[in-house]
Amino acid sequence: MAKGIKIRATAKKDSTTVKALMSHPMDTGLRKDKKTGKVIPAHFIQEVKCEHNGNAVLTALWGPAISKNPYLSFKFKGGNKGDSIKISWVDNKGESASQEAQIR
Amino acid sequence: MERRTFLKGSMAGSAVAVAVGAGLLTPQSVLAAWPKEAFEAKGVDNAMSTLFGSKDSAASKDIKIKAPDIAENGAVVPVSITAAQSGIESISILAAANASPLCASFDMGANAEGYVSTRIKMGKTSKVIAVVKAGGKVYSASKDVKVTIGGCGG
Repeated sequence: MAKGIKIRATAKKDSTTVKALMSHPMDTGLRKDKKTGKVIPAHFIQEVKCEHNGNAVLTALWGPAISKNPYLSFKFKGGNKGDSIKISWVDNKGESASQEAQIR
Repeated sequence: MERRTFLKGSMAGSAVAVAVGAGLLTPQSVLAAWPKEAFEAKGVDNAMSTLFGSKDSAASKDIKIKAPDIAENGAVVPVSITAAQSGIESISILAAANASPLCASFDMGANAEGYVSTRIKMGKTSKVIAVVKAGGKVYSASKDVKVTIGGCGG
């Protein structure tokens, strides 16, 4: 499974905008496999942590109603070019991924 | 047509059992903070009570919801919330007609601005409700989104 997180963080004046795209099936547990007719078990990201220079900025708690390959965007005060942004997620199967990027 | 009937059937109840079953397999120790009950609560009032301790919230004009009036694909409905309150603790997004209305809840850190944007799934036409907790109070705003193709299936 591709575990990439694409992050783009841009600082403008005193506000930083972070946009992130994660690669995840986000199965609700309601959908059936067309070929086998079996229900695809729920598999979705539950928690996304966003850190700026090691400080938690935002924690997203998600249910299965977030779209496949989730998109997340948020803003925070402060943040300079070159600062590190770290985003990590954990899903309901205990899988996880994390990615670091620099503010541009 | 087949998909449509399936969507209706799955909304009814069997869906919840599956979701609960899957939840049991979850390594909960890793995610102690994840409010399982709130995400599985049926109906907006239940979800609100589970998450905030009360189903009541004050309607607020300081919360702006940016979402399409008509969503062509319910599986991908872009929603952006902007809240002007100070001291925002959390922003939650609920889709009123989903089997479990709570879509997401964002815990805001001290430096976070009152803005989040994501994409949600909506089973059918309903209100999208944004709930903002700031300074111990709960505010909300809602917007109608018409869905032409359901998105609960995936």
